[in-house]
Amino acid sequence: MTETEMMTDTNDDQTGQSLLEAMAEHIRDSGAGMVLECQVVQGEIEVKVNPSSVASALALFRDDRQAAFTQLIDLTAVDYPDRKYRFDVIYQMLSMQNNMRLRLVAAVGEGQAVPSAAGVFLAANWAEREVWDMFGIFFSGHPDLRRLLTDYGFEGHPLRKDFPLTGHVEVRYDDTQRRVINEPVHLVQEFRDFDFLSPWEGMHTELDGADNTHDPDKTAK
Amino acid sequence: MAEMQIKPITMNFGPQHPAAHGVLRLVLEMDGEVIERADPHIGLLHRGTEKLIEHKTYLQALPYFDRLDYVSPMNQEHAWALAVEKALGIKVPRRAQYIRVLYCEIGRILNHLLNLTTFAIDVGAMTPLLWGFEEREHLMGFYERACGARLHAAYFRPGGVHQDLPDDLLRDISDWVKTFPSFIDDMETLLSENRIFKQRTVDIGVIGEEDALSLGMTGPCLRASGVAWDLRKTQPYDAYEEMDFDIPIGKTGDCFARYLVRIEEMRQSLRIIDQAIVGMPSGSVMTADHKVTPPKRGEMKQSMEALIHHFKLYTEGFHVPEGLSYTAVEAPKGEFGVFLVADGTNKPYRCKIRAPGFYFMAAVDHLSRGHMLADSVAIIGSLDVVFGEIDR
Repeated sequence: MTETEMMTDTNDDQTGQSLLEAMAEHIRDSGAGMVLECQVVQGEIEVKVNPSSVASALALFRDDRQAAFTQLIDLTAVDYPDRKYRFDVIYQMLSMQNNMRLRLVAAVGEGQAVPSAAGVFLAANWAEREVWDMFGIFFSGHPDLRRLLTDYGFEGHPLRKDFPLTGHVEVRYDDTQRRVINEPVHLVQEFRDFDFLSPWEGMHTELDGADNTHDPDKTAK
Repeated sequence: MAEMQIKPITMNFGPQHPAAHGVLRLVLEMDGEVIERADPHIGLLHRGTEKLIEHKTYLQALPYFDRLDYVSPMNQEHAWALAVEKALGIKVPRRAQYIRVLYCEIGRILNHLLNLTTFAIDVGAMTPLLWGFEEREHLMGFYERACGARLHAAYFRPGGVHQDLPDDLLRDISDWVKTFPSFIDDMETLLSENRIFKQRTVDIGVIGEEDALSLGMTGPCLRASGVAWDLRKTQPYDAYEEMDFDIPIGKTGDCFARYLVRIEEMRQSLRIIDQAIVGMPSGSVMTADHKVTPPKRGEMKQSMEALIHHFKLYTEGFHVPEGLSYTAVEAPKGEFGVFLVADGTNKPYRCKIRAPGFYFMAAVDHLSRGHMLADSVAIIGSLDVVFGEIDR
């Protein structure tokens, strides 16, 4: 496919949308048994799979001649602490042949392992290490699952929603011990997090049922 | 005589090494002079950008993008601005689109100038760096005149750019565009046919098309391996559709090919800058929707509504409708993407930054195996890594 052809595809919203739909259809058919859900959301293909079939799904979409999602662009996770399956592991794939992107989503519970995709895409190696570091999601079969971005000896997984923004420890150079030491974080002022979802935004213009009566004391407040 | 097993020597390269391009600690397992395994330890510049963004409003999150790849700040901002605009579903005025394209290309030249010249100094050529930094100074001057900052611009905002360009800036940029090709020629006379430079880069760190794709390489590093893929052409954003430019690709996929691709990209960027200046439309540089963009200063003195909008925008910010989106731009280093999870509030629920350099760094082991120690320096130099974006 030449560049001009590809450009017309993306420019023309109508054909772009139908092409995406066609691809979604194709993925539903070819990934039978693996694909739980496949839909086009706001111009992006979103495919939901079980965590156990992540690696095979990635390999399938890569090797499928028609789909040809030959690049794993990114791998990340999102933490939803209230859900039963707490994390969404998210793979962004790119097909240069079709000029399309695909998002593979797998819901993973805490402590549940995801098969590593490092054997399918070399790029997954470090990306999985980062997700392990940041979220504590274990990737089984990963060749070298070490922490990547945090300090040596770091504890906890910083991008989880229950990890405080300030962290738990702070480092400083201790003059007497002549080395860098870790200490519990000491905040001079309480951590400030403003709630802007104020009632002002959605203020009720109508008073509801029981309090409908005019009460000068209440309105004065 | 019994066979002797020689234990490989483990060597530390960095984190305080000028050729490590920042804070990289590279643990090398050496068999004599040959690298058996390279294990980059990154994260020494990790600032938790993604976590911080979760605690900031959409507008407050923007300056963090300057601090990722601090060599071409506006290109990063562009990705964020586009991501937020996509989530909000707002359109940007054409003048703002042109200004963005203009400054993205200036950013590309800024980036390539730094990379090519520091790459040259890594392999022993000092002069290009001194020349290149003089040119970068002009470009940073253009940055400063547009937004007041040489580096951390915070100029591209969701909805357009923060302020209009001063009167004679475009003329000065176009004057500079005329002088720059001769600089590229001069630099090329120092490097392109230089025997030492070629000995250090040709056939070093070769990466084939298939490996490059599998490793998640993007940008000039991917194009040097012969893949014609550039998001400015294939998935054009803002005014790139209207620009006429070519995408250089390499054939050999070695350090020298990456160098050549970047040189040609600078020339193509000049073409785009030229077209952006010539075709620069008049009009506003921000969408008029004051639920997203702040009102003008003068308006605020007159209108109560404008004052309220200003106050609300800079305290609460705007609310972004719920949804997931991935937006990517062709940053000078490669595909820079923002994966945004919005939950309908004024703060992003999650923002994943896809930094091209992260995947380049991951490829260092693959690229440098079997090479000599000195080649690892050339490889890192040619990959164009900046730790601000790798460590985030």
